[in-house]
Amino acid sequence: MKKNYNLFIIFSVLFFFCTSIVAFAGEETIKIGFNIPLTGEIPKVGEESKFAGQMLLDEVNAKGGLDVGGKKYKLEFIYEDNESKAESAVAVALKLIERDQVLAMVGPNSSKQAVPAGQVANDNRTPMISPWSTNPDTTKDRPWVFRAAFLDPFQGPVAVDFALKTFKAEKAAVLYALANDYSKNLAEIFQADFNKKKGAGAVVAFESYGDKDQDFSAQLTKIIAAKPDFIFLPNNYNEVALIVKQAHDLGWKGHFMGADAWGNSELMTLCGDDCKGHYFSTHYAAAGAKGATKEFIDKYNKLYGYQPADVAALTWDAINVVLAGIQNAGKITGNVRKDREAIREGIASITEVKGITGNMKFDEQGDPIKCAVVVKINDAGEFEFAESVCP
Amino acid sequence: MLDSIIQNLFNALQWGSFYSLIALGYTLVYGVLRLINFAHGDIFMVGAYIAYFIAIFFLKDSMGLSGGTTLALVIPLTMILTAMCGVALERIAYRPLRRKGANRLYVVITALMCGLILENGNLAFLGASRKSFPELIDKVVYNVGMISMTNLKIWVILSSILVYFALNAIISKTKIGMAMRGISYDKFAIPLMGIPIDTIIMFTFILGSSLAGLAGILFAMSYPILDPFMGAIIGWKAFIAAVVGGIGDIKGAFVGGFLLGIVEILVVAVFPSTFRDLIAFSILLLILVIKPTGLFGVAKSTKI
Repeated sequence: MKKNYNLFIIFSVLFFFCTSIVAFAGEETIKIGFNIPLTGEIPKVGEESKFAGQMLLDEVNAKGGLDVGGKKYKLEFIYEDNESKAESAVAVALKLIERDQVLAMVGPNSSKQAVPAGQVANDNRTPMISPWSTNPDTTKDRPWVFRAAFLDPFQGPVAVDFALKTFKAEKAAVLYALANDYSKNLAEIFQADFNKKKGAGAVVAFESYGDKDQDFSAQLTKIIAAKPDFIFLPNNYNEVALIVKQAHDLGWKGHFMGADAWGNSELMTLCGDDCKGHYFSTHYAAAGAKGATKEFIDKYNKLYGYQPADVAALTWDAINVVLAGIQNAGKITGNVRKDREAIREGIASITEVKGITGNMKFDEQGDPIKCAVVVKINDAGEFEFAESVCP
Repeated sequence: MLDSIIQNLFNALQWGSFYSLIALGYTLVYGVLRLINFAHGDIFMVGAYIAYFIAIFFLKDSMGLSGGTTLALVIPLTMILTAMCGVALERIAYRPLRRKGANRLYVVITALMCGLILENGNLAFLGASRKSFPELIDKVVYNVGMISMTNLKIWVILSSILVYFALNAIISKTKIGMAMRGISYDKFAIPLMGIPIDTIIMFTFILGSSLAGLAGILFAMSYPILDPFMGAIIGWKAFIAAVVGGIGDIKGAFVGGFLLGIVEILVVAVFPSTFRDLIAFSILLLILVIKPTGLFGVAKSTKI
C-alpha cells in the first residue's frame, strides 16, 4: 500500500512537470486553428486554404515570429479536416476550442459548414473568421464571427446586373443545390432581384437537386423548355462541371452565369472545353493581377505548382486579419479566455486591412465592405477579368 | 409539351439503365445466397475507377491508342478486374462466415462494412480530389425536332437491354444457370446432387460484379467525374429498385431499375424539383404496400 502511494506521488509529480513544460513551451506560440474541408465534396478548397496558411506561417516564422506589443511570438497552425460536412465542422470547431485551446479559428470555408460552426464559436466565445462563406447567417448577430468574403445579398445583384448588361437578358433560369445553404440562399436572392428588375415571372425556371446527385437531365430539360436567356448556377465546381456538360448534351447553346464557388483551380480539369466562354462573379481575378496580389500568386505558383483560386487568397487575407487583430490586442497574457476576448476586440476595431483581394473594413456585423469582380473563362481556361463592382 | 415528355422519357431510360445494371447484381447474389450484398454499389465505384486507370494507361503517350481502341480494351479488362474484385470480396469476407454457419444478419453487416472499407480505402490511397474521366468516343448530339440525344446515351440504353437478355439466356438456358436456380430453390439438397456449390456462388459473383464494372464504365463516360463515394447513393437506390421489382427476380430488377429512373425523372418534370425524392420514394413505398413482394417477386419459392 505504501509503495503504491509513493508511486502515485512520483507519477503525479512527473505528470505535473510534463504539463508545466508543455504549458511553458506553449506560452511562446500563438495557436490558430483551421477548420477546412481536406476531404469530401470540395477537397481542393481545403488544400488551397492549407497551402496559403502554410505559406504565411513560414513567412512569419522565418522573420522570428509575430510582433505583439514588442515581443516576438512564433505562430502555430493546426489544420483539421471537416470533411465538407456541417456536423463534422461543428465537431472540429469544438475540438479546436476545447482540446487545442486555439486563440482564433480560420474557416470553415463553405457556408454549409460556416453557419453551424459560427454558432459554436460564438457560444464558446472564440474569434472565428471564415475566408470564403458568403451567406449572411454566418456572422449575423454573432459578435465573435467575422469573414473575409463579401455577402450574397451583394453578390446576387452583381450577377443580375452583369447578365442584364452583357447578355441583354429578359428571362433567367436557376438550378441550385437544395442541401447547400450557400447555393440555396444565393439562388433565392438572385431570383428576387431578377424578378424585381425584370418584372414578376422573369425567372422562368427555378429548379433544385439533392445531395450527391449526378444526373440533372430532368431539371435541365425543364429549364431548356422554358427558353431562358441564360442559366444561373450558384453551385460548387464539381457539380458545375456535370451540369454544364449535361446541358450541352441536351442541346443548350446559351450562356451560363456562375458565382464564386466556381472559382477553383480544379474547375477546368473537370469541366474542360464545356466551361469556356462563361462568366462568374468572384473575389479576385488571377489572370492579370498586379502588386501584392501578383506576388502572392507567383509565390504560390512556385511552391505548389498551380494558380491559386480565390479561396487561397481569401484565406491569406483572413489570417492577416486575425494577425492584425492580435497585434491590435497589444499583448498575449497566456490566459486563453482573456486573450480570445482581446483578439475579438482587436479584430472588431480594425480600421482597414489592405488585402490581396481588396481593402477591407468591417461593419458592425463583422462583414467586410469590399468589391466583387466578374471574370470570364477564356479559351486558354484562365479566369480573365471582365468587370469590377464596388458597393 | 409532348416534346418535353418524350425528352424526359429518354432521359429516364438512360438514367434507369444504370439502376437496372446495378440492381441486376444485387438480385443475382440475393437470388442465389439470400444475401443482400450492400458492398455492390461500391463495387460499381471500383469498376469506374478501374476503367479510369485502364483508359489513362492506354491513352498515355507511350501507348498512344485512339479513343475507340481504348474503349474496346477498357470494356473487357474492366469487367474482368471488377469481377476479380467481387470474387475476392466473396472469398475474404462472405465465404468464411458462410462456412461457420453465421446468421444472415452478420453477413449483411459484413457487406456494409466491406462497402465502407472500399470507399475509405479509395479515399486514403487515391486522395479526395476528383478524377476526370477522359472522353473515349466523340460525342455526337442528335436533334430530332425538339428532342436531343447523344450517341452515348443511346449506347447506354442499348447495352443495358442487351445485358438483360444475355443474362436471361445464361440463367434459363445454360447448365450453370440451372445450378444457380437449383441453389436458390434448395441450398441443402443441391450439393447432394454433386453440384459444386462454391463454384456456382463464385460464378454468381463474377456475373454480378462484371455487370457493375460495365455500369461503372458507362457511368464514367456519361458523368465523367469520379469520386470515392459515387457508388453509395446510386447503390442504395438500385437496391430499392431491386426490392420494388421483386428481389431475387432478374426481370424484376431490370424493370424496377427503369421504373425508378422513370419515376424520379417524371416527378421532377411535373412537380417542383425540391420534392423529387419525397414524392418518388412515396410512390415506391405505395407499390410495396400494395404488393409487398415487389412487382415480380413471389413469396418463398424459387427466386432468380
